[in-house]
Amino acid sequence: MELKRQHLIDPVVCIRCNTCEEACPVDAITHDGTNYVVSYDKCTGCRTCVSPCPTGAIDNWLLVDQPWSIDDQFGWEELPLGQTGPGPAEPAPLPPGEVSDLLAAATATTGPSVPPPASAAKPYFNLYSRDTPVTARVAGNMRITGEGTDSDIHHVVLDFSHNAFPFLEGQSIGIVPPGTDAKGRAHNIRLYSIASPREGERSGCNNLALTVKRVAGGVGSNYVCDLKKGDEVRVAGPFGQAFLMPDAPNANIIMICTGTGSAPFRAFTERRRRNAQDASGKLMLFFGARTPEELPYFGPLMKLPKSLIDVNLAFSRVPDRPKQYVQDKIRERSDDLAALLASADTHVFICGLKGMEQGCDEAFADICRLHGLDWADLRPRMREEGRYHVETY
Amino acid sequence: MSSINYAEKIPNNVNLSEDRKLQRALESWQPHYIDWWKEMGPEGTSTSEIYLRTAISAEPDGWAQFGHVKMEDYRWGIFLAPPEKDRKVNFGAHKGEDAWQEVPGEYRSMLRRLITVQGDTEPASVEQQRLLGKCCPSLYDLRNLFQVNVEEGRHLWAMVYLLHAHFGKDGREEAEEMLARRSGDADKPRILGAFNEKTADWLAFFMFTFITDRDGKYQLCALAESGFDPLSRSCRFMLTEEAHHMFVGESGVGRIIERACQVMKENRTEDVRKFGVIDLPTIQRYLNFHYSVTSDLYGAEVSTNAATSYNMGLKGRYEETKIGDDHQLEHTTYSVLHPVNGGFQAVEVPALNALNERLRLDWAEDVAKGVERWNKIIAKHGIDFKLTLPHLAFNRAIGHFSDIAVDPSGKVISTEEFARRRDEWLPSESDLAYVLSLMGGAVTQPGKFANWIAPPARGINNQPVDFDYVRFA
Repeated sequence: MELKRQHLIDPVVCIRCNTCEEACPVDAITHDGTNYVVSYDKCTGCRTCVSPCPTGAIDNWLLVDQPWSIDDQFGWEELPLGQTGPGPAEPAPLPPGEVSDLLAAATATTGPSVPPPASAAKPYFNLYSRDTPVTARVAGNMRITGEGTDSDIHHVVLDFSHNAFPFLEGQSIGIVPPGTDAKGRAHNIRLYSIASPREGERSGCNNLALTVKRVAGGVGSNYVCDLKKGDEVRVAGPFGQAFLMPDAPNANIIMICTGTGSAPFRAFTERRRRNAQDASGKLMLFFGARTPEELPYFGPLMKLPKSLIDVNLAFSRVPDRPKQYVQDKIRERSDDLAALLASADTHVFICGLKGMEQGCDEAFADICRLHGLDWADLRPRMREEGRYHVETY
Repeated sequence: MSSINYAEKIPNNVNLSEDRKLQRALESWQPHYIDWWKEMGPEGTSTSEIYLRTAISAEPDGWAQFGHVKMEDYRWGIFLAPPEKDRKVNFGAHKGEDAWQEVPGEYRSMLRRLITVQGDTEPASVEQQRLLGKCCPSLYDLRNLFQVNVEEGRHLWAMVYLLHAHFGKDGREEAEEMLARRSGDADKPRILGAFNEKTADWLAFFMFTFITDRDGKYQLCALAESGFDPLSRSCRFMLTEEAHHMFVGESGVGRIIERACQVMKENRTEDVRKFGVIDLPTIQRYLNFHYSVTSDLYGAEVSTNAATSYNMGLKGRYEETKIGDDHQLEHTTYSVLHPVNGGFQAVEVPALNALNERLRLDWAEDVAKGVERWNKIIAKHGIDFKLTLPHLAFNRAIGHFSDIAVDPSGKVISTEEFARRRDEWLPSESDLAYVLSLMGGAVTQPGKFANWIAPPARGINNQPVDFDYVRFA
């Protein structure tokens, strides 16, 4: 399946002011008496036309099987949404062995056959593999933990330019570090959770962000953390078909993470913030780190409105303060969590270091006992209904 | 990259700091401008934070950044489009010569007049719109109003810069005068008629930005062709901002139409006023008014002034360089409609003398396309009603149609009949009073809209529609 990303102008919103045609450095935009249109062959996706457009009509990028010609576009009264490419119903090839092994290890707690949330969108997966990767370009790389702390976590933005890379919140991508190991073999693939919502790190851009922690001696993490703006990276994926965000606005989402396990939850939260601020479903976050300085995205997280997300931070190494872990914070919110767990609209997602799920599990069991619920019965039921997901590494 | 340093007192990309005399002159005009803005700019906004688009460079790819800006901290500056290498004068008697970086002495007064008239319209529209914030239909619309206002302010700066930089003492005096005139003032009115009309309600504001700012676009396009390069570059950058104003107008009226159609269908009635929305015939009358009053801005259909400024190479035609003729027009004619014996007749006149009418027709064609897009909204609802543009001779006060009375279809009638039937075609006192009655208190809850207007299809800069586009202190 060869999906292309085509730049198109929304004829309903466009006011035919000619600004885009004037701005385009490669003359990809032209018009007739009715519409302004973009030539797929000429457009380089440079976005020069996007900023001066007064309407936002210019900022449309659709996945297509066959690009629309300019004659097609001249005849449009509106964008042909929903008929742009092959549906995701096509059988996808099985993931290559090394990726399925990694995914199986990460989701060992919930097992192999856990379904996605009922209201999750249909994901594309395995569009690109180690042998046929897609090339992305680094659009940015910044350290997001305090200088002088031991934990060096980076926010890396990859731009896919013309190549389609459709993904959903909760999915991951694969990166193979260049070069060979001590035995002269190609390196193993590394999986990184995507930290951006599906419409891109910047809305409407064909890009995504990763949250990557530098591990001493780690080939993959050092490669990613040292990437420079403009570097090319070969990417496989997207991967993951179950750990996906429920789309229903009434879905309550309990998110529990440590360190870079926050990546998918940043994507979930950002998706809600941009698209469904008035959703009735609650977002509740339990996030553990050693200190505020070592907690990725601490600043932006503090700025989110309380109406959007209920944030609970646990710090284990703040001088003169008792050690706190995510399970302690979970117990502190016993009443609220019990009310949520009693609802069939509630989903639990756990992401972070191996072993953290055990503490969470015990805390949930305690809360259920206190409130007349049975965790031993509830947990497998939530799992079967695609409402309980764990990804640890 | 001509990026802009906002640390300077007057942000600019014209190396202002290298011309101390000019810098001092503009810095002494600046406080007068700020005083004018405080007195005549949007009412009661000094402490609000508005989600504004600010130019950070004149290159398209670094064009703008969005962010909440306190109205009183907004920095007006001087931005010219990047220079075009080896640019020539592209029309008129000097065709083929290098474009001028300085004003040719013999054209000084003509050019000064062109720049002054253009410049005067900018603060005028701010004055006309200063009370609209008090009855805004949503935060989204309030933000758009303020964005339009600050950009009109910046366009005044663009013209004042040219006056200060190239016209010495005369230019400085003209710049002061710009701040002394007032829209609608009996003693010191603005120069052009349309800019002394009231903009009392949001339908009028949207019609104004859709129709009258579009005249602005066509005038700027004609001046962007100028052989006087600094004027051309100023206008080219202004055009990127002007497009947003027309978007505000077109989408604004479109959303009022959308709402009217919704209510018509829900209640199976054409009489939607009892549901507190604006009916389509009233929208038609507003359209007739704004279209005819704006037609007058082009001046007389046959004009030696227009011929002169073209010949001099100061003001060209719309998309001059894309037209395939000799760009001197000395031997061509152009057909112009004249009133003849109770009817109309096309008369061939020297093309040079018909440039005003030619520009007006370019504009009219553009307006007509926008009206067609509005009609699509009505058709989508399955409603049998079409908005139409009135005949070009309808309700004219300037040019050779100003002596005759014409109905919107173009039938010549007596002045008595026109007076008797005026309210069928133009907003009546009761129309204006009704629309004004809908302009209640400002709607300032994010995501909420007044009953008489539909929400927009999308927010600004990919923000959601219910984003807090304006934050009140």
